[in-house]
Amino acid sequence: MPDTAIRLSDVTVRFDEKRLAFDCAIPAGAAVAVAGPSGAGKSTLFNVIAGFQKPATGTVALLGQDMAARDPAERPVSIIFQDNNLFAHLSVAENVGLGIDPGLKLDTAARQRVFSALSRVGLGGYERRMPGSLSGGERQRVALARALVRRRPILLLDEPFAALDPAMRADMAKLLSELRAETKSTLLFITHQPEDIRRLADRVMFLEAGAILLDAPVDEFLVSRHPPAVAKFLGHSAI
Amino acid sequence: MFFARAERRTLRAAGGLALGVVLVFVGAATAMLLAHAGGGGGATLFDAYIWRVAQFTLLQATLSTLLSIVLAIPVARSLARQRTFRGRVWIIRLSVVPLGLPALVAALGVIEIWGRQGVVNDLLRLAGLQNPVSVYGLTGILIAHVFFNLPLAARFLLAALDRIPPEYWLSSANLGMGNGAVFRLIEWPVIRRVLPGIAGLVFMLCATSFTIVLTLGGGPAATTIEVAIYQALRFDFDPQRAVLLAFLQILVTAALLWLISLFGRPPDEGVTAGRAIRRFDGRRRRLSDGFVILAFTLFTAAPLAATLASGLAADFGRLAVDPLLHRALFTSLAISFASASLSLAIALPIVLVPRLAETGDAGIATRLIGRALPATGSLILLVPPVVVATGWFLVLRLFGETGRFAPAVITVINALMALPFVVRVLEPAYRTHLSRTARLALSLGVTGMHRLRWIDWPALKKPFLTAFAFAMALSLGDLGAVAIFGADGFVTLPWLLFSRMASYRTADAAGIALILGVICLLLTLPSTAADRTTERPAADA
Repeated sequence: MPDTAIRLSDVTVRFDEKRLAFDCAIPAGAAVAVAGPSGAGKSTLFNVIAGFQKPATGTVALLGQDMAARDPAERPVSIIFQDNNLFAHLSVAENVGLGIDPGLKLDTAARQRVFSALSRVGLGGYERRMPGSLSGGERQRVALARALVRRRPILLLDEPFAALDPAMRADMAKLLSELRAETKSTLLFITHQPEDIRRLADRVMFLEAGAILLDAPVDEFLVSRHPPAVAKFLGHSAI
Repeated sequence: MFFARAERRTLRAAGGLALGVVLVFVGAATAMLLAHAGGGGGATLFDAYIWRVAQFTLLQATLSTLLSIVLAIPVARSLARQRTFRGRVWIIRLSVVPLGLPALVAALGVIEIWGRQGVVNDLLRLAGLQNPVSVYGLTGILIAHVFFNLPLAARFLLAALDRIPPEYWLSSANLGMGNGAVFRLIEWPVIRRVLPGIAGLVFMLCATSFTIVLTLGGGPAATTIEVAIYQALRFDFDPQRAVLLAFLQILVTAALLWLISLFGRPPDEGVTAGRAIRRFDGRRRRLSDGFVILAFTLFTAAPLAATLASGLAADFGRLAVDPLLHRALFTSLAISFASASLSLAIALPIVLVPRLAETGDAGIATRLIGRALPATGSLILLVPPVVVATGWFLVLRLFGETGRFAPAVITVINALMALPFVVRVLEPAYRTHLSRTARLALSLGVTGMHRLRWIDWPALKKPFLTAFAFAMALSLGDLGAVAIFGADGFVTLPWLLFSRMASYRTADAAGIALILGVICLLLTLPSTAADRTTERPAADA
């Protein structure tokens, strides 16, 4: 596997009034927290990597390969959103099964993989439940199980903990770091909580006004007094 | 809780009055029908003809519903998938137009396109076909019903598809779902939920459709119950048969309403969450989606364009000085204005008294009226206009001349026809308005006329005018009640149009159709266009 999982070279994205620019390299196996104020471009960064947003210029390379011509499904990426990751009318097992076959044609071996992924995230026996009957934390764990069976080397999490209470956040973070250790995948997650960064990240990317302001190892980031936006972000956490 | 004491008294009285007016009016008609049904052996009257008519009514309604819905699904899917092309908003707006158009004008437009001299048959003849499509009979009825209901169903389905959480489309793209999987796993579950409601509404509209069948149906082979009532009364002078058919019609609508109540109401067309929807499966299907959308646009726009073109070609100089047209225009406007006013006057207690009855200390009379009023508002769905008109035709015959009282009876029937729509517009508006302002107004002591003037009218002006315009357009385009009474001295615009068509004065007919269509669209389109703009951020993003 190449050393660099994600490389964005001079990538720019244009919206009506805004222009965003990303340039970064993320080593394989890293756990990167993406932080920054609302509207800084965090979700856009994810959309560029996942293939939902076409950059105006620049190249996106994942695992050393150019992604320009690749559809979202053809990229080595799984993505989990804050909410609505599960199709509400499909059972838990079916939702996970979609990660193996997007047309839900599953043989016995595939079904076995669904079962073991669900028990890995602590939801063994939940196969036939409907998403509506699960708690927010359980739904996110089902989404994780789906990412597990997809076996994509890069996992993007767009505020995966935002809808969870503090105890659930801690559980999810623990589960995530365990899974990461097992699968050796590269992890990017958007968060507003310095706490999540401490728990899970080994690198931090801080975005402001459509640009990457800071890209540093987590120890360095947590003690930085500069630039002011970062200090402000960390200062809030001291309370 | 929502009203001061004096207001409560007034409302209660208004509620009782509205209830009384509707029940007496529909009751008198039904009683007259019952009285007529008494004589003669019922068994012999239920002859082969009546059965054939009943069968055809259900057959054409079933086929119309099936066609409308089966075609609406790909249209809605394509429009939901292709979100950014130029003119998308206009196509969605176009799909509102048929509903605002009088059925007679639409029928004329359909004939222009699909008739013997129409574009479709010209093309077929060019292609070398000997026997072109005949627009009269089942084919024409189906085309016209699909013209009305395909856009309606497509809009409901599109709204349902747009309510799917945007993340679903991102997930499906990330997971690599193909077209089949997207339909099976995401779209169909949503469509299936709203389909019974849409199908029920469309079936109801087609089963009770009068004007389309009257103009495009031909002979006993293609006649529905409502048209058969009209023929029995106006051509065969056979009230007995008309009464029998009327009861058959009530039976059919009662069964339908019961079925609809089992399978759910038509879904909301409501506003979407407002978050941007992005579809990644649209890129690959641009060609096929474009074809579907183009076909839909042509099918919907062609009859409208034809009506406009042939209408403009009419001799307006001569029409402008035609005294009969003047009288018809005046009669139509007067009747529709009166019936819209009446409809709103009845609708207000229907909307307000149930809220009055919700409070704990409401008296038993208030609670009874509050319970009965909403059902009263929908009574006309159970006893269709043509049936009520038949009953009143028989009542007025007792007094000799039916023509003299016709305008009054038609006004009331039209008001009742509009009532379900008017209530549906006013009810939600009043609900939010009361919950926002009622307590504050009461605590400040702003009640009675002051409250109407300063609190209610400014906030409710828009839904009020919308409801009024709809009620007026509905009455303006109505042919059913008029046809039953249609007398020489009494002419409305649709009736004049209908007689011009019947006497093959096509140029005049086209001109009148244009006038009628334009008036109705001017009344109905502004409000629907306003609805669209609130939905736009989501639709255009």
